[in-house]
Amino acid sequence: METQVLLKKKKVTQDTERITGCEAIVRCLLAEGVDVLYGYPGGAIMPVYDELFKYKDKIHHVLTRHEQGATHSAQGYARISGRVGVAIATSGPGATNLITGIADAQIDSTPMVCITGQVASHLLGSDAFQETDIVGISTPVTKWNHQITKASEIPEVMAKAFYLAKSGRPGPVLIDITKDAQLEEFDFVYEECTGVRSYNPVPKTDPNSLLRAAQLINTAKKPMVVWGQGVILSEAEEQLKTVIEKAGIPSAWTILGASAIPTSHPLNVGMVGMHGNYAPNVLTNECDVLIAIGMRFDDRVTGNLNTYAKQAKVIHFEIDPSEIDKNVRADIPVLGDAKASLTALLPMLKSNTHPDWLERFKTLYAIEFNKVIRPDIFPTKEGLTMGEVIREINVQSKGDAAIVSDVGQHQMITCRYAEFNKTKSNITSGGLGTMGFALPAAIGAKMAAPDRDVIVIAGDGGYQMTIQELGTIFQTKVPVKIVVLNNEFLGMVRQWQQLFFDKRYASTEMTNPDFVSIAKGYSISAQKVTKREELESAISEMMACKDAYFLEVCVEKEDNVFPMIPTGASVSDIRLE
Amino acid sequence: MKNTTQLYTVSVYTENNIGLLNRLSAIFQRRHINVESLNTSVSEIEGVSRFTIVINVTELQIKKIIGQIEKQVEVIKAYFHKDEDTIYQESCLFKIKSDLLFEDFQIQNIIKESNARIVTVNKDFFVLEKSGKRKEIELLYSELKRFGIMQFVHSGRIAVTRDELKISTLIKAFNA
Repeated sequence: METQVLLKKKKVTQDTERITGCEAIVRCLLAEGVDVLYGYPGGAIMPVYDELFKYKDKIHHVLTRHEQGATHSAQGYARISGRVGVAIATSGPGATNLITGIADAQIDSTPMVCITGQVASHLLGSDAFQETDIVGISTPVTKWNHQITKASEIPEVMAKAFYLAKSGRPGPVLIDITKDAQLEEFDFVYEECTGVRSYNPVPKTDPNSLLRAAQLINTAKKPMVVWGQGVILSEAEEQLKTVIEKAGIPSAWTILGASAIPTSHPLNVGMVGMHGNYAPNVLTNECDVLIAIGMRFDDRVTGNLNTYAKQAKVIHFEIDPSEIDKNVRADIPVLGDAKASLTALLPMLKSNTHPDWLERFKTLYAIEFNKVIRPDIFPTKEGLTMGEVIREINVQSKGDAAIVSDVGQHQMITCRYAEFNKTKSNITSGGLGTMGFALPAAIGAKMAAPDRDVIVIAGDGGYQMTIQELGTIFQTKVPVKIVVLNNEFLGMVRQWQQLFFDKRYASTEMTNPDFVSIAKGYSISAQKVTKREELESAISEMMACKDAYFLEVCVEKEDNVFPMIPTGASVSDIRLE
Repeated sequence: MKNTTQLYTVSVYTENNIGLLNRLSAIFQRRHINVESLNTSVSEIEGVSRFTIVINVTELQIKKIIGQIEKQVEVIKAYFHKDEDTIYQESCLFKIKSDLLFEDFQIQNIIKESNARIVTVNKDFFVLEKSGKRKEIELLYSELKRFGIMQFVHSGRIAVTRDELKISTLIKAFNA
């Protein structure tokens, strides 16, 4: 049990009350403003479920069809709202099924709290039924985790869990609670956690680093911004827009940074990385100042580090000190929260434009447009392309929808071509690349943002990894729109087999079921499109549908995603074909 | 020089928490870094633990590792030092047959010259303790080996640093 000195707290409830541990857990969730949680019951968590039953008017529990689905739903909820997503499961297999989602949330910095039941404390270590060391298992993929064996620990640990999940660089926290702790009575009082002694969520910004950054930007001839999800997590979208507009800087984004600035913004020059846009990748190796904001130089972004932006001075705005110099050496690291740093930077910047430099992006865009984009989104060949489906969705959603993509070719196509007017609209598994993410994530996203259109874009492979969540959609009637781009292949792996393994298509061909029948089995309206002339009306029917809707689009089987930076190549060696 | 490895002593001040050792060892495991020695103990501050970890890595690696260690929620602060910037010791115990102590003059000389200390003697065996640098311990081991060592155990390194580690200041700042 931690002592007072380790945590800073703010009193929330006034009087102590004698209640059980499991009721305390629900009361803690309510105190943290949780309105929905995703989970699956089982032996070791039953006392908590009994309380959830009593509190069902105040807190909505969504029964997913698999615990992995619960984590992804909680992630989708968190990603679209910026609030902490909550998943709950029983001990043993219930807990281990959470791991993929937790690992995904860890690498994509998603605030999530997972609660697992555990066997009674006297059975710990005895190989009891459904006992697993979930704290040990989840350690490398959680920001923090803890096992509670006494009811009296619950308020403090729960408060700490929410504080850690959402503060600083967000991440997943797992709290494992033994069954006896759930059943034990104690004097409950809830105090919000506002600080942890050993934890510094936002490092101090050195004013000198900001000054040097401003000087460098002010004298740059060819500056370029690459922003990441840090901008969205710190809600610095407006500040970023003001900064790049004032200094006239062409700005590109990582996959998780997408939608922070509208696609149509004249300084938005597209996506960096392996399947990103041609211009920002090539010009990464021409810019004189590279301003990285809330991004971590992932290998899918940088390609070969030995040839990445070597000519440029690098300014790195970052909240996590361990990211500085981790992959790319920063000439000027600016530690701190992106919103605060960009706000402080703005008055130091001189108003500027770089028309010739911006023109370079436009020229390279034109090359990419002719070679790749036009044939992708305005195809003339017979078969349907993934790109034209995304284009039609753009047209009909007017760029206002939240797009939840799965992992693979369709994901790259979606991130390349989806148009976004609003932030927090691109929800996808970036770092971990978790196939099966999209369908359950969309459930959480739609529940957190019921007024928005939430559209799943999945491939036929990933869709089947969590297809059971159609049951959750059926039961909760959550009106998500599901588009499966079916090429009867695990397309991205097939593309690599074609390019790097002499077309040996080992285990990538899929014999698929009748997806429309499956959707209809869950009473979800569904249709299948195989011809171009059916596409517009099908998407129109989907957009107009007030309930959940499933649309299968049979696309060209062996299309590839380009441009592409082959593994180990330099960003400027990006291939257009 | 950045690519040559050398020994670094990592001093980690932490909250006393179950599972933190697991978190720290995972950092090394993921990066295939062999831990040369590890010691955990209380520190000069009540309730704060201190890990002393010795690893053989490059300067570039050690900086990244410190970043990863400090990122752990329950780590208060982590430092790294080269050997010359610390005062460090290791300790070892030898269990040897008592007969040798009385019958062999040489062994008495070795004990005397090595500044080793006899912890206990009984009719069957005696226990010798030696603290010092790794090399001194290794030397003593090689000298005693020919007499027959019944048991030998060697501790991890413990070290204090020449410079001041301002943990108390950090903790005061939080409490303020």
